[in-house]
Amino acid sequence: MRRNVPRPVLIPALVFSGFLLTLSVESCSTASAGNNTTLRIWAMGREGEVLSQLMPGFEKEHPDIHVEVQQIPWTAAHEKLLTAYVGDATPDIAMLGNTWVPEFVALNSLAPLDSFADKSKEIRRDDFFSGIWKTNVVDGKTYGIPWYVDTRLIFYRSDLLAKAGYKEFPKTWADWTAAMKKMKSQMSDKQFPLLMPTNEWPQPVMFALEAGSPILRDGGRYGAFEQPPFKKGFDFYLGLYQQGFASPVSSSQVSNLFQEFERGNIAMYISGPWYIGEFKNRLDSATQKKWMTAAMPGINGPGTSLALGSSLSLFAASQHKKEAWLLMEYMSRPAIQLQFYVLTGDLPPRKAAWQDTTFANNKYTRAFRDQLERVEPLPQVPEWEEIATTIFEHGEQAIRRAKTEDQTLASLDQDVNAMLEKRRYLLAQAKRP
Amino acid sequence: MSRTNPRFVARGSGKTTEDYLPGAVGGAAGGFGRADSARTRRRVSQIVLYVLLIIGALIALMPMLWMLSASFMPTGEASTYPPHFIPSRITFSHYADLFTRLNLGRYLFNSALIAVVVTGVSLVINSLAGYAFAKLRFRGRDRAFRILSLGLVLPVQVAMLPLFLLMKNLHLINTYWGVIIPGMASIFGIFLIRQYALSIPDDMLDAARIDGASELRIYWSVVVPGILPILATLAIWTFLATWNDFMWPLIVLSDEAHYTLPVALANLSGEHVQDTELMMAGSVLTVIPVLAVFLFLQRYYIQGVMAGSVKG
Amino acid sequence: MSTTVRPTSRTPSDVGRAAWFFLAPALLLIFVFFFLPVLASLVLSVTDFDIYAIANPPTTRFVGMANYTKLFHSPEFWQALKNTFYFAIVGGPLTIAVSLATALLLNAKLVRFKSFFRTIYFTPFVTTLVAVSIVWRYLYHTRYGVLNYALAHLGIAPIDWLGNPHWAMPAIILMSVWKNFGYNMLIFIAGLQAIPQDLYDAAEIDGAGPVRRFFAVTLPLLGPTLLFVSVITMIGYFQLFSEPYVMTQGGPLRATTSVVLMMYEEGFRWWRMGYAASIAFVLFVVILIATLIQFRIQKEHV
Repeated sequence: MRRNVPRPVLIPALVFSGFLLTLSVESCSTASAGNNTTLRIWAMGREGEVLSQLMPGFEKEHPDIHVEVQQIPWTAAHEKLLTAYVGDATPDIAMLGNTWVPEFVALNSLAPLDSFADKSKEIRRDDFFSGIWKTNVVDGKTYGIPWYVDTRLIFYRSDLLAKAGYKEFPKTWADWTAAMKKMKSQMSDKQFPLLMPTNEWPQPVMFALEAGSPILRDGGRYGAFEQPPFKKGFDFYLGLYQQGFASPVSSSQVSNLFQEFERGNIAMYISGPWYIGEFKNRLDSATQKKWMTAAMPGINGPGTSLALGSSLSLFAASQHKKEAWLLMEYMSRPAIQLQFYVLTGDLPPRKAAWQDTTFANNKYTRAFRDQLERVEPLPQVPEWEEIATTIFEHGEQAIRRAKTEDQTLASLDQDVNAMLEKRRYLLAQAKRP
Repeated sequence: MSRTNPRFVARGSGKTTEDYLPGAVGGAAGGFGRADSARTRRRVSQIVLYVLLIIGALIALMPMLWMLSASFMPTGEASTYPPHFIPSRITFSHYADLFTRLNLGRYLFNSALIAVVVTGVSLVINSLAGYAFAKLRFRGRDRAFRILSLGLVLPVQVAMLPLFLLMKNLHLINTYWGVIIPGMASIFGIFLIRQYALSIPDDMLDAARIDGASELRIYWSVVVPGILPILATLAIWTFLATWNDFMWPLIVLSDEAHYTLPVALANLSGEHVQDTELMMAGSVLTVIPVLAVFLFLQRYYIQGVMAGSVKG
Repeated sequence: MSTTVRPTSRTPSDVGRAAWFFLAPALLLIFVFFFLPVLASLVLSVTDFDIYAIANPPTTRFVGMANYTKLFHSPEFWQALKNTFYFAIVGGPLTIAVSLATALLLNAKLVRFKSFFRTIYFTPFVTTLVAVSIVWRYLYHTRYGVLNYALAHLGIAPIDWLGNPHWAMPAIILMSVWKNFGYNMLIFIAGLQAIPQDLYDAAEIDGAGPVRRFFAVTLPLLGPTLLFVSVITMIGYFQLFSEPYVMTQGGPLRATTSVVLMMYEEGFRWWRMGYAASIAFVLFVVILIATLIQFRIQKEHV
C-alpha cells in the first residue's frame, strides 16, 4: 500500500491549496482598509476610460477617499446594472443614461438627492439646463445629477457635401434628401452617403419626435405608433434606406467606421458629442480638415433631436452616501466639467461651463449648442429600454421588407402595449384608495 | 435521423470515398491484382490520404493561425483588402495594452482560480459518489442512480433563472463562490467515474475490508490509485469546461474584478469592435492556457473520451 | 455474484451508511443547485415574476398558463424555435458526417502520424468558444474577411455572412461544425477500432467492394456509437447560445436568435423571469422529445 503521496499529485495539490487560500483571503479583503473609504463608481464607454484620469484630482482634495472606476461597454451596461441591483452588488455611484433613471427609480434602487442638492453650494439647480435637469426628476424627487448632455446630430464630410453643391448643411428634410441624392450619384455602388445602422433606436425615434409624435400616450400606458405623427417620422426613416442613401447594416458589421469615413465610403454619420473626440483622435490628418458637424434638419426648418445625456446617480444601498455626494459635487464643478469636455467632447450640462471660451472658439460644438435649443425628452417609463429595442427590431423588419410599414407599426403597438400591461396594472392599483 | 452518406466528395480532390477507402476499411485492397499494381495503388491511396489529411489540418488550424498573426499586426492592418496573412511588422503593443490598460492579468487569474478550485473540489466529490454508485451496495442505489441519469437530459439553462435568484438570496451574486458552487458536483462526472470504477475487482475491496480498513481508507488507498486514468481525464475535462464556461459566469458576475476571461473578452468585444488586432490578442491569451493544458495531457484526455464512449 | 465470506466486522448496513456519506456532498449539491431550481422554474413559469417583483415581491401574480399562451402566440418564439431546429438539424448531421469522415481517414491503415493529425483535428474543440466566435466574426467580414477572399478566388461574389438573414445561420453552422467535429471524431475512431478485422475480411471474400463493406459492416456495427453521438450532439446543439450572443446578438432580423438566447434576453435583460422560465421549460420538453425520437428511430433501424 502506497504511503507517500506521489509527486505528480503533490504539485497540483499545492496549487490547489494556494488558490483556496487566495479565495478565503479575497473574500475578507473586500472591507475597506483602515480609515480610508473606497468609493466604487461605474461608467460606460469613453467616459469610463476618462473618468480614471479625473480621479487623482479628487483624491488629492480628499486623501481619505479612494475611488475605484469600473468601465462597462454600453452594449452590456443596462443588463449589468440591473444584475448588480438584483444581486445586491451595486456600486456607490453609477453613470446612468437619463432614460434609465425612471426604471431604476421604479426599483427603489436610487437615493433621492434633493436633501443634498438643497444644501449644496457647488450644485445649484438653476445653473443647469432646466430641460435636462427635469429628465432626472421622477414623482417630484431628483434622482440624478446631470453629468453631461447628449444629443444626436450629423457628422459629415464637408468636402463631399461641397462636391454635391452644398456649402452649408441642408436645414430641411427635402433639402437633405436632395443633397443625398446628388451625393449618391457621385458615389460608387458600395458607398453610401449616410451611415445609419439599423439596430439603433435614436434615429427612428428622433424623426418621430420631429413629426410631433409622443411615442407613448395616456401617461405612458399605450403605444402611439399607428398614429399619424409617428407614421410620418417612420416614413422618412424608411425612405432613407429605400432610396439607397443608407445601407441596411447593423453596427457590429462596420469593422472600422473611421477608416470608412476617411476613404469616403460613407459621408455622414448621426451620432453624439463624444464623437468629436473620437474623430479628432482617430481620423488621419488628411481627413481632419474635411469634417464638420451640423444640426438635424427638420420638416420645415431646423429639426428636433433627443434630450439625452447621462447623470450620476447614487444607489440607495451605498454605505458611503456623504462621500459619494462629495464626488458628485466635484464632478459638477464647471472647471472639472470643462476638463471632462476636453478629454471626451461630452458637453457640460451647466450654463456656467458653456460661457468659457473653449466653446466659443470650437467650431464643432456650435452645432450642438444650437441643437440643444431643440431637444425633446423621451417617455419616462421604466420599460423604455425594452421599448426602444423593440422599436429598432421592428424597424429592421420594415427596412428589409420582411413586413410592410403598416404591419410593422401595428405589431409595434401590439408588442409595446403588452410590455406596458404590468405598468397599467400597477398604476390602476395605485389609484385605488 | 438519416444515415450519413459516405458518398461525400473529399475536400477539393474530386475523389470519392471508395477511391481510397479500400485500403482503410476493407483491409488489403489489391489482393486480386498483381503485386506491382497493388503496390502502386496503395502508394496512390496513401498520397491521396495524406493530401486530404493535410488539407483538413490546414482548415482546422487556419482560423487560429490567422488569430495569432493578426494579434501581432499594427492597428488597422487586419482590416485591409486583400487580407494580410503575415504581419508587415510585428508589434507587441496590443498585448501590452491588454495587460496594462485593460487589466487582462486579473481576468487570467480569476479564470485560473475558478478552474483550479472547481477541478480540485469536483474531482473529490464526483469520485466519492461515482465509486459509491459503482461498488457500495446500499438500499435505493439503482433507483437513485436512475433519477440522477434523468438529470443528464435536463438542459442546464432550465435551472439558471431560479439558481440566480437562489444565489441572490445567499448573497453569492458577483462572487467567485457563485461560479464555483454550481460546478462542484456534476452528474456527467459521476457517470464517468462510476463507469470506470465498475471494473475494480470486488475481491480487492473485500480483502481490504477483511484487513480492517475503513471505507474511506479503501477509497483513498485502493480505489483512487485504481481509477487514476479516469481521474486524470475528468480533471482535464473539468478544467477545460470551467475555463471555457461562458453563460453562467456572464449572468452571475457583474463586477469586472471578478470576470473570467471569456466574459471579459465578450465585454471587450462589445466595446472595442473596431479594434480587430486587440481582440485577436485577447483571444490568443484566452485560448493559450487551455491549449497548453490539452497538449500536455492529451493522452489522458483522448483516452478518456474514447474509453468512455466504447463502454457507453 | 461474489461468494467470498463477508467479514463479520463489516455489515452491509455499515457499508450502506458509509455509502450515504460518500454520496452526500454530490447529491446535496446537485439537488439544491440543480434539481430544485429546475422545479422552481416550473413554478416561476406560472407567475409574472419580473423586475417590479424583484423590487417588491408581493406584486407577483399567479397567471396560470398565460406565459405559455403568450409564448405560443409569439412570432419571436416560433422564429427562435425554427432557428434552433435549423441549427440542430442541419448542423448536427453535418458535424457527424465530418467527424465520421475524419475518423475514417485517421483510421486508415496506410496513414502514419495518426496521433499528430488527431491532435490537430481536436484542437478547435478545445478552444474557448467566445474567443473563437470573435475570430470567426472577423473571418466572416464582408469586405476584409478571409473567407470572402477565398471565395473570390473561386469566382464567387462576396457574401454578407453575418448581415444577411439567409446566410447568418449557415455561417454559425459552419463555425460550429469546425469547432465540434473533433469530439465526435474521437468517439468514432474508438468505435471503428472496435470492429473486428475478420468481419471485413469475410465480407471481402464474399466479393463485397469497399462501399458495400462500409454499409454492410462498418455502419451497422457503428450503430450504437452513431446513436450515442447523435444524441449528445443534438442535445448540445439545441442549447445554442454563445455563438449568436457574441457574433450576431441574435440578428440580423432575429435570424440567429436561438431559444436559449431568447430565454437569456427575456430573463436577464428584461427581467421577465416568469416568461423566461416558460421558455426554458419548453426547451426541456423539446430536447426530451427529440432524444426519445432518436432512440426510437435507431431502435427500429439497428
